[in-house]
Amino acid sequence: MASADPEFADPALRLCVADYRTIVAHCYDGLPDEACGLLAGPIDEAGQPSGAVSVVYPCVNADASARTYTVESRDLLHAMRDAQSRGEDLIGVWHSHTHSDAYPSDTDVRQALEPNWLYALVSLKHAEPVLRSYRIREGVVAECEVTLVDS
Amino acid sequence: MSVEVRVPTLLRPHVGGGASVSSDGATVGEVFQTLIAQFPGLAGNLIDDDGQLHKFVNVYRNDDDIRYLEGLDTKVTDGDVLSILPAVAGG
Repeated sequence: MASADPEFADPALRLCVADYRTIVAHCYDGLPDEACGLLAGPIDEAGQPSGAVSVVYPCVNADASARTYTVESRDLLHAMRDAQSRGEDLIGVWHSHTHSDAYPSDTDVRQALEPNWLYALVSLKHAEPVLRSYRIREGVVAECEVTLVDS
Repeated sequence: MSVEVRVPTLLRPHVGGGASVSSDGATVGEVFQTLIAQFPGLAGNLIDDDGQLHKFVNVYRNDDDIRYLEGLDTKVTDGDVLSILPAVAGG
């Protein structure tokens, strides 16, 4: 499915409003540190996500840092099991940038290992949070549309 | 001992595409050596040059992080599930 806007890469991240609020709330709860979590949804036979998010998993930032994050491995294990038990898989990760824009940092790009994942960023820099989504493949960042849907 | 090893999406191309593979060994390290012999592409992804568990990999034996057990010397028994998890991290 092609994106309506040629500036966006596929797939669009489709998130229900309740899950969006869960993500943003977890990011604020994590202050002053960065917060992180995982996204689950359907994938096709080639391992490509459709972009639909069925579950969001707020996770512990094992780094407990305002500059970096590492998803606590136990949270990763449980999220992966939960997603696979429903015939889905993890399709991405989100984390907050407390004082910078919702764009992958050099560290984010360097450590982005999953070419099929969506990497969502939540910026808390301004009064209103900003959530954007990207694919990061071999060091190349491409923005994907974010669509909020009613749950 | 026959154990199930769950492989993250990132490493699946090295093991023929499947989400899990069966392997043998008495310890996690032995299981990994068996796996690497079968799937050489895994070598640098699991074990570092010093023979230690790769820094960016976490391994769980059932519900326990092996770093808090005996690392690669952690014993396994029939039916155990080893989950290989990549570090999900950034800045």
